[in-house]
Parts: sequence; C-alpha cells; structure tokens
Amino acid sequence: MTGALRAAALPLLVFGLLAAAPFLGLGAGWAMTLLARAMILGIAALSLWLVVGGAGLVSLGQAAMLGIGAYAVVVLDAAGVTEALVVTPVAIGAAALFALATGAVAMRTGGVSFIMITLAFGQMAFFTASSLAIYGGDDGYTLYGRSTVAGARWMQDRLAFHYLCLGLLLGSFLLCRMLLASRFGRVLRAARENALRAQAVGFEPYPYRLVAYAIAGGIAGLAGFLLANATEFVAPSFLAWQRSGDLLFMVILGGLGSPFGAVLGALAIVLLEEWLGHLTQHWRLIFGPLLVLAVLFLRGGLVGLGRRHG
Amino acid sequence: MVEPILRLDGLRKRFGGLAVTDGVSLEVAPGEIHAVIGPNGAGKTTLIHQVSGTLRPDAGRVVFAGQDVTALPLARRARLGLARSFQITAVLPGFTALENAALAVQARSGSSFRFLRAAATEAALNREARAALDQVGLGPRAGMPAGALSHGERRQLELAIALAMRPRLLLLDEPLAGAGPEETERLVGLLRGLRGRYAILLVEHDMGAVFALADRISVLVYGRVIATGAPAAIRADPAVRAAYLGEEEAA
Ligand SMILES: Nc1ncnc2c1ncn2[C@@H]1O[C@H](COP(=O)(O)OP(=O)(O)O)[C@@H](O)[C@H]1O
Ligand SMILES: [Mg+2]
Repeated sequence: MTGALRAAALPLLVFGLLAAAPFLGLGAGWAMTLLARAMILGIAALSLWLVVGGAGLVSLGQAAMLGIGAYAVVVLDAAGVTEALVVTPVAIGAAALFALATGAVAMRTGGVSFIMITLAFGQMAFFTASSLAIYGGDDGYTLYGRSTVAGARWMQDRLAFHYLCLGLLLGSFLLCRMLLASRFGRVLRAARENALRAQAVGFEPYPYRLVAYAIAGGIAGLAGFLLANATEFVAPSFLAWQRSGDLLFMVILGGLGSPFGAVLGALAIVLLEEWLGHLTQHWRLIFGPLLVLAVLFLRGGLVGLGRRHG
Repeated sequence: MVEPILRLDGLRKRFGGLAVTDGVSLEVAPGEIHAVIGPNGAGKTTLIHQVSGTLRPDAGRVVFAGQDVTALPLARRARLGLARSFQITAVLPGFTALENAALAVQARSGSSFRFLRAAATEAALNREARAALDQVGLGPRAGMPAGALSHGERRQLELAIALAMRPRLLLLDEPLAGAGPEETERLVGLLRGLRGRYAILLVEHDMGAVFALADRISVLVYGRVIATGAPAAIRADPAVRAAYLGEEEAA
C-alpha cells in the first residue's frame, strides 16, 4: 500500500503544481503560454511513450501524428468548421488512421527498419503539408481564433485553456497507465520483454502493437489539436522529424519505465529550453551536453530519480 | 492403435550444406513420454523448433491432433495446445512468476483486446496461474520477479508456464539443462508427476532421467532417427551403443 502511495506521490505533486501554477506567480501571459506548450508536448510525449516504453518500438515519426491533428484544425477551419466537438474527434481519428495505415507497413519489419520507416512516413507527411498551397504551404496557416466548444469561446480564456490542457494531460496519463495494466497491455509488455515467449504461449505481437500504435497516434492527434489552438498557427514544422527527435528525447530523459516519465521529460525539456534561452543565445551548446549527461547518468530517467529519493 | 497426438512425417531441414533434420518421422501417443536423445549437434533443438513452429521444415509434415500444422506459426500452434519450453530459459524477467503463468492462462481465456480492467486483478486468471505454480512447487515464489529467481526456479517456471497453457502436448527441450543435482532430482520428480497425464516430447541429455521417465525413446544421430523403442530395447540396441551410448551409461 505504501509502495502504491509512493509511486503516486510524484505524479500527484507535479499535477498539483501544474494546477496551482497560475496562482504561484506563473499567471502572466508568457508563463501560461509556456506551461500550455509544455503540457501539450507532454501529451505528445505520452503518446510516444506508449509506442517506445509500452510496445518497445522506437519510432522517429511521432510528430507526423501531432501535425496531422494540427492540420485537421486547419482543414476544418478553412472549411468554416471551428467547433471543438467536431474538430477534436476528426483530429484524433485522422491521426489514428494515419498511424494504423503506416504502422501496418512499418511493423512488418523490426528494430532499425522500424525507426527508418516511421521516419520516412513522417517525412512524407511533412512534404505533403509543405506542398498544400491552399493551407499556406511552407509559410503555414494562421487561425482566426481558437476552436469554440459547443459554440462558446471559452478556449480563448488563458486560465480555462490551462486547465483544459492539464485535464487532457492527466487524462492521457491515466489512459496510458490503464492500457498498460490491462490484458492488452500485459501482452504488449510480454512481447516487449521477449517476443518469442509471447508467441510461445499463443500471442502474435503484431495486432497488439498495431493497435497500440494507432491509439498513440490518436493521442498525438489530440495534442496536435491543442497545439494548433495554443499557437493559433500551424506550419509544416509541426511535422518535422526534429520534433519527433525532441519527443523521443523527452521520453528517454523522463524514463521508459513509467508513462509519468514522458510527462516529466516534456516539462523538463520545455522549461529548460526556455530558461537556458534566457541565459544565452548559445543555449543549444549547453543543452546538448546536458542531455547526454542526463542519459548517461540517470538510469531509468527522471522518473527513476524520483523513485529513489521520493 | 490410438490416434497419435503428434505425428512427424519425413521432416527435413538443411542449414547451408548441412542436413540437420534428415527425414525424421516419429509419433507421440496421448499420455506418452517420448524422449529424443542424441549427441550434441544431432539436431534435437532444430527438431523441436520445427514441431513448435519456430522453424519451417524444408520438407515433410507436422500433424498435431489430426490437423496438419506444418504451415502454422508458433503462436497459432500454441493456441491449439502445443506448449514448448526453451533449452535456454525464456521467462519474462520483469514479470512476477505469477504474471508469467497468468499470461499463459490469459492466452486461452477469451479476448486479450480488453483495455479497461487491470489484468492483475482478474481472479480467474490468477487462480489458474497459481495452480500451475503450485503444481511445480513454485507457489511460495509467486510474487517474485522472474528475473530474481534462481536458475532452477526459472526452469520450474518454464514448466509452470507450459502447464498453464493446458497443453495437449508438451515439448520440453532439455528441461534439466544447467540444473544442479538437487534441482535435477526435484525436476525429475515433477516430470514423473506429469506422466500419464500429458503427452510429452522430451529432449534431454541426462540419460538417467531419460531412462527413468520415457515410455519410448528415439535416438537421433546426424539428423536421422537410428532407433525407436522402449528404454530396455534402446539400451540393448547395438547400433545405439555403437553410435551414441557410452559404455558406462549403457551398463
Ligand atoms: N540457425 C542455424 N543455422 C545454421 N546452423 C544451425 C542453426 N541451428 C543449428 N545449427 C546447426 O545444426 C546442428 C544441430 O543443432 P541443434 O539442433 O541445436 O542440435 P542439438 O540440440 O541436438 O544439440 C548443429 O551443427 C548446429 O550448429
Ligand atoms: Mg539442443
């Protein structure tokens, strides 16, 4: 019981801090923008965690799913549809379908080929977005406002948007945890530890991994919907492979052992980037080595650190 | 004669120029322990791979419970009731002993595309997993991560996982490999307890164990079965003695 309590302590603390942040001196516009970005990328990182930490497949194409969610907002906006109750399911569904279709191909292979094929599909999506002249092509597309919810414009409100992002981050986290503990997740975990063993008791890993990949795509699509609304602007750079790399870094830095690692990794990287960016314009020179050191010395990631000392 | 649970029919497998399985035909009757012995490199593991579905034979057929399963992959054969253990232990180190066995129960207990409920709280799965662990004497270690079990305990767990599948045929590839004398004694006792209740195709190096357990023995040398028969007949077979059994083992 105390073990379960301790495992929940860090998530409770972090989600509590995020909930209280607007009243702890982080209520200014720039701070709220930053926090929203961190939480949204946290959702995207969670989706990638499901693939890497859950199913044991290393993907370099998760930004494509994020970008498809964002472009769903754009496409519907251009068609005059800005209702979140319509846009959100479309963003989630489109990203999940893309994941299902590309995953079905990528998962026929394994290991390095999986990384390369997800990367290739991600680049295809990137160049497709760049060539969509009606949606701004390379220049991107500016939204005229955030989506409405049942006709109301409350997503414009900074505080409301903050809690929307927080709620969806928490929901995504709980969803990933539930999935991994379920029968479905048990098969995923078994196949990750030893695929041959999973097969020897009767489980073909392929359909389970594919469904996990599609669910992850859907969650990334949700993050894309939020990111488009946070920035009120969408560009092909949302789908760039560098962003997939960033997400992968968040997941690894945070720790593959628990979905909360993805949340921690995303918060840490977004906030660190911002802080170092204030210190010096050459912040990437510090950031890179710092990440290398973190990976070398933080076995089990940030989440493992919290376990040992918490 | 009763319909055999397993029939191998002219199996052939080559690796490069080497015929590792060279026209193997044999049968396992229901409830029978059929041992395959042979010197190192005779092709025993390769044969088990072809029966379990890990390797496709170049020629020949594998007929399981009257069904030709030659083209079916490992997972499909497992769902039909063909359970294998691995020569090199392949339990899931991050799972507890109980969850290792529960995974096998889950595989034959309805759909695993269930997403809501925590699998660890499914009493029906845990009950049968626990029974399989008890059967091999691992009950007290149910909550231990498999990675923290001793070598012998992991061999027991391999067996518990196979039993949790409620198999119609057990394929055991050197279940005693690497076990110390005490562990060997315990495992042999355990296998003796399965006798008559399960059909078993047993590959084993330990001659004492083989002659104590087997109803029938096939001797594999360079991929060929050179003799099949009751233990006493195998012991007396001059070809077997010449090709394989050392004088002290035959004595
Ligand atoms: N995948 C493989 N590729 C090439 N040769 C193999 C392969 N697997 C086994 N062999 C060879 O086949 C022969 C039989 O191996 P194996 O079936 O493991 O024998 P046993 O289990 O009887 O000791 C050995 O000479 C081995 O080197
Ligand atoms: Mg062998």
